[in-house]
This record gives sequence, C-alpha cells and structure tokens, in this order.
Amino acid sequence: MKIDARGMHYRELNERIHDAVLKGIKEIDIVNVLGQRYIGTGIGEKVTINVYGTPGSDLGAFMDGPVINVFGSCQDVIGNTMNNGKIVVHKDAGNVVGLSMRGGKIFIKGSVGYRTGIHIKAYKDQCPVIVIGGKAGDFLGEYMAGGILVVLGIFGREKDPIVGRFIATGMHGGTIYIRGSINKSHVAHDVSIEEIDENDLSALKNIIQEFCDAFGITDPNSILSHQFLKLRPKSHRPYGQMYAY
Amino acid sequence: MNFSYPEFLVKVSENCIKCRRCIKECSFGVFSWDGEKIKINHEKCVACHRCAACCPASAITILKYPVSFKENHLWTEEILRDIKKQADTGGKILTGCGNDKPYPVLWDKMLIDACQVTNPSIDPLREPMELRTYLGKKPEKLEFWHDKSGEIKLTTVMEPQIKLETPVIFAGMSYGAVSLNVHLILARAAKELGTIMNTGEGGLPQELLPYKDHIVVQIASGRFGVNLEYLNSCAAIEIKIGQGAKPGIGGHLPGEKVTEEISRTRMIPAGTDAISPAPHHDIYSIEDLRQLIYAIKEATRYRKPVGVKIAAVHNVAAIASGVVRAGADIITIDGFRGGTGASPKVIRDHAGLPIEIALARVDEQLRKEGIRHLASIVASGGIRSSADVLKAIALGADAVAIGTAALIALGCHLCQKCYTGLCAWGITTQKPELTRRLNVEEGALRVTNLVKAWNLEIKEILGALGINSIESLRGNRERLRGIDLDEVYLDVLGIKPAGR
Repeated sequence: MKIDARGMHYRELNERIHDAVLKGIKEIDIVNVLGQRYIGTGIGEKVTINVYGTPGSDLGAFMDGPVINVFGSCQDVIGNTMNNGKIVVHKDAGNVVGLSMRGGKIFIKGSVGYRTGIHIKAYKDQCPVIVIGGKAGDFLGEYMAGGILVVLGIFGREKDPIVGRFIATGMHGGTIYIRGSINKSHVAHDVSIEEIDENDLSALKNIIQEFCDAFGITDPNSILSHQFLKLRPKSHRPYGQMYAY
Repeated sequence: MNFSYPEFLVKVSENCIKCRRCIKECSFGVFSWDGEKIKINHEKCVACHRCAACCPASAITILKYPVSFKENHLWTEEILRDIKKQADTGGKILTGCGNDKPYPVLWDKMLIDACQVTNPSIDPLREPMELRTYLGKKPEKLEFWHDKSGEIKLTTVMEPQIKLETPVIFAGMSYGAVSLNVHLILARAAKELGTIMNTGEGGLPQELLPYKDHIVVQIASGRFGVNLEYLNSCAAIEIKIGQGAKPGIGGHLPGEKVTEEISRTRMIPAGTDAISPAPHHDIYSIEDLRQLIYAIKEATRYRKPVGVKIAAVHNVAAIASGVVRAGADIITIDGFRGGTGASPKVIRDHAGLPIEIALARVDEQLRKEGIRHLASIVASGGIRSSADVLKAIALGADAVAIGTAALIALGCHLCQKCYTGLCAWGITTQKPELTRRLNVEEGALRVTNLVKAWNLEIKEILGALGINSIESLRGNRERLRGIDLDEVYLDVLGIKPAGR
C-alpha cells in the first residue's frame, strides 16, 4: 500500500496508517513525507513502514513490533519509549534518539544529535540496541540502565569528535561500545573504560552484521577490525551513598 | 559517644501481660525479650503507634524523650538533630510524607458563606444534590440540531472525559512507594465511589487490570512500565512533571526495594536502582511537552484524556497556562504539603507553594486568558477534609486529589518513615509480613467510608450555600471570605475579607 503524504497533516496520515494496519496490510510505503510527526507511534503489529522523505519528531514512539525504514533523515526523539521493533534511518537523526527504549533496535547510518540513548533499559529477554554509523553529540547514554549502545564514527563530519561531552553520566547498567578513541575527561567518573574481550567481539559481530545488512555495507570486518572501547558502570547503585536514613 | 538522644521514650506499664505481641508488631526493632520482660530500645522508636494500637493490655505509652534540648528559637531541636545526623553520615536527610513546617495553612483562613432569609438554603435530605464532575477539555460552546422527530441532538464533538461521581480522586502513589494492597484498596474504593485512582510512576500491577476504567496511569521521567498495554489499560494518562513534596527533583527507588514483583511492573531488573531523572529528557520546553502529549494521544488514538501534573512553584500560573496551551486536558497542581514516599527533607520543607495560593493564581490566569475551559484543574497537596475540598472548588478546582488523607484512613500515623520500607502499618513497605497487615476488603471499606462521609458533608455545605450542583460552586470565590489575612494574601487568593 502506498500513501502520498504531500501536504497532509500528521493526524490524517497516522489515521490512514492505523486503519491500514487494522485492515491487515503488512507493508506501507509513505512518500513525500515532510515533517509529519508520530509516524508508527503506538503501533503494536509486526508491519513494515517505508518512509520516503524527512519525517517529524517522535517517529515510532511507544511502538511494539513494526519495522520502520526511513529513506532520509529524522527529527528528534525517534523510538521514544519503544518496546520492540526496528527503526532503520538511512541518513542522520536529531536529538534524544531512543529515549527510555526497553527493546528493539535502532540503526542510524549517519550521525545523531544530543542525548542519544538516555535511560535505555533492559528487561528479561528484552535488550535494546542502538547503533550509530556516524558521530554522536553530547550526553550519550545518560542514566543508561541497560541495553547496548554502539557508536562507529565511520560517517559524519570528519572534524567532529566521535562522541561529544558528558558521556554516560549516571549510567548504572548496559554497555556502550565506541569504535575509536575518546577524551576520557568527558566520561563520567563512575564509568569504567575498558578494552573489549572475546565476548564483546562476538556480540558486536552480530550487531555489526545486521547493521551492514541494513545499509548494504558489504565488508563488516573492515568495521570490526578497528579498536573498540567498552564503557560500563562501576556500580549499579550510583546514588546509593548519598542519603542519611 | 552518641551525639543524638532518642526522639521518643517508650514505656511499658505494669499492666503488661507479657504476650510479646509488641515485639512482633514493631517493624523498627524497638522491642525484644530478655527472658523475663520486654526490653526496649528507645532509639529505634519512630512513634508510628503500631505497638500501642495493638497492645491487648493498653500497657504501652510513647512520649517525647524527656532530655530536653536547651530551648533556642534559632537552633531548634530538629536543626540540632539534623546536624548531628549529617555529621554522622555525610548524606542528604531523607524524609517521607508532606511538609510539616509551620507555614500558614490558608484553608484555615477562609470561611464559607451560608444562606439566611434572603436566599433560601436547600435541604440535601429532600432535594437532589449533584456532585458529578467531568474531567477533560470542554468545548468553547455547544451546538445542537433537531432531528426529524424534533429531538434535540448535540452537534459539537466532545473531547474524551472522565466521569466522576464525586469531586474527590486519589493522588498518584506508585507501587513501590506503597504496597500492592494499597493499590488494590484504592482501585476498589475508586470503583465503588465512581472515581479514579492513579498508579504513580511505578507501572500497573496486573492485579489492577479489572479496575482499569477507574485508573489513571502515569508517565514520569523514568518511563517505568510504560508500554502500549499500559497506555490502553486506563481511564486517562498523566504526564508527571513534578510533585509538590519535591518540586524540580527526580527520585530514586533504591535497588533493595526493587523486588521481583516491583521489577515486573516497572519492567527493570530486580535489585537495580529505579532512577527517575529530574526532567523528562524529551521535555525541555512547552513545545516539547506538547510533542509528548500528542505522542500519547496518537498512541491511544485520541480516545483518552491526557493530563499533566506539576508542582506548585512560584511561577505556577504562567507554567500552567503553557501546559494548557500545550494540549493538556487535565492539569493537576500539587502543593508543597503533598506527601511523598521519599524526598530530601531540605526540598520538601523549603521549596514550592501552598496549593491554596497556586490554585487561586492558576484559575485566575487561565480565566484571564480565556482558556480555562480547555483543561480541568485538579488541586492536591494537603487536602484534609470536606471543608478543604469545598474551599478548593470555590477557588477554582474541578476536583481535588487526596493521598495522605486516604492513607491515614488505612492506619498511617504520619511517622514520616516511608522511605525506610519498614512501615509497620503495611502501607509503604514491600515486606510480605508487613503488607499482609492491610486487609484489602476492610481497607477499601474504610477509604470508601471516608469519601462517602465527605460527600455527605459537601452536600450539606452546598445546601447551606443554596447551591444544588458542585459545578455552580466552581471558581465561585464570592462565597469565600478571608479571615486574619492581609491585603496581599486576599488579592492573591482573589477573595474579600470577612465583613465585606
């Protein structure tokens, strides 16, 4: 099914998507998207939504199952509090990617803005994964409670650092992998910076393979052969000692 | 050397029958058995009165510890104790419940009018009194059409509303802060009373699903337990920006309180800290708030009202205007006397505003801007009685939320130790041996009784005012007078002084 979103208000567009999903349609192409918010928000079915253009904020918020392919760049807060599914962005994304997501995957070929992966968490067999092909802005992985965040630094502007300042403040769970080096003074003091081991490598292999498949990158080993750093919280209770009882 | 003396002195009189029930009842470990008699560790007493209430011989008395600090109006006993505790631990002092400092309670400085001769009162025993309240966005005007048979039909499309049979609702308290039994009690009472309870930000226990039409689910900065099922298992959704007891700060549920059950509803691993950041990191502006409000509306296909809860702070009127313009259908203003399961004491006692002032200012501001109909106002934070409810509605609230009052009905004695997780009354604890002290059926009856009693009193006062519907009192400040208030307070509250 194809929807031409030119000049269409987001509410009408999303009503049409919801109606199509209710009718049992499994794949929806939306063309001429320009700034419409909330595409895929609140959808709990396993459908595929292909977005051509530039969608607005909160793409895939609270979603629980769909695959959204964006052939363009995204605005802010994609995958907000998402529970399951997959978002693939072929260009860049704005701020607050994957806020509080609990499951599913977000693959972004290009770079992202501030506050990526804030407070993402894992629960039982759910483990959210965010992979950034380019660079990430400040406040990466703040309050991170679980899941996996990967920044590859392959794409994006050359002059930008791979990750901005204030990395992983308040992190108390999960793992951040960064391909390349970072300025250690920008990493929160209660987070450890380690070399990766065999287990990390095998986890990364699967993730990178899926990332490469999503974007037609043929040589995952060229990405993997580079140095990776692993960021982990030193404590699962970063604020345990601050109170008088 | 011990720098602090016990706060309380526990006495067991000669009436003691040595049944040792006090040892079992005290969750703070005050009592023990030395083989012959009850031994007492005064230092551990928090004055929750559980032992005294349960002692079959009425043998227990709890007094303030008689070593009195030398009287000093600057360096009060509380200040001395706090300094010593901080010198011992190096930590922020935690507390529970609401602000207990002697700030003016403006409810007690307002008097309600009554009818005499010239405007007859109404007898609520004889005439119907309407307490029904609808929460949600109201249209600017109503339009009608006549169908073929001449019947009048509504043309205006109404936004979703919550229908309440009383203007009293239950305030947000999370599973984690309170026990599952408290949630079940409030849910049952809400259903019985035709009102709503609020999950707080700890997720929705599965046991509450049968009551979903009487439940408001909360989305706070931690997004705990928020998924599609959560958003669709409720009467309304509330975005929690702030709370009266701790305006501007986040919260941490310590890992040791994240049990298997709590972990299931919050959807985080057991034993990890549940951290609610101070702001929502997708909301740094009114525009961002609008974005989240509409994300929730989109996710629920515009079928449920979306509310926003904010703490009463100095600039509350302008903030509330922004919140309403952002699209909130209900705005909850929580005053600084609102309770909490845990808050740094310095914030609880020194930040925010009394709800009376915040409510009056918000209602006035929204009216001035012509947007009062766009959202219902819920006032909360220290509502103690039906008189407070009446005065709040006359100041402009559509409904009030009660938390502490409902917990007092369940046995809370305001010992303020909620944050320890040891509540001897089974309210703010997850320990099974303590939570089972609250019987769900009996508790639901007690809370239902409380609100029913208030309903009767509200009807009584409405009758005295010559009003037969709670709606006619809303924002009707002409029926309030201030006593013992200076001109500035009268102006802020928008009421006349007694005698005018």
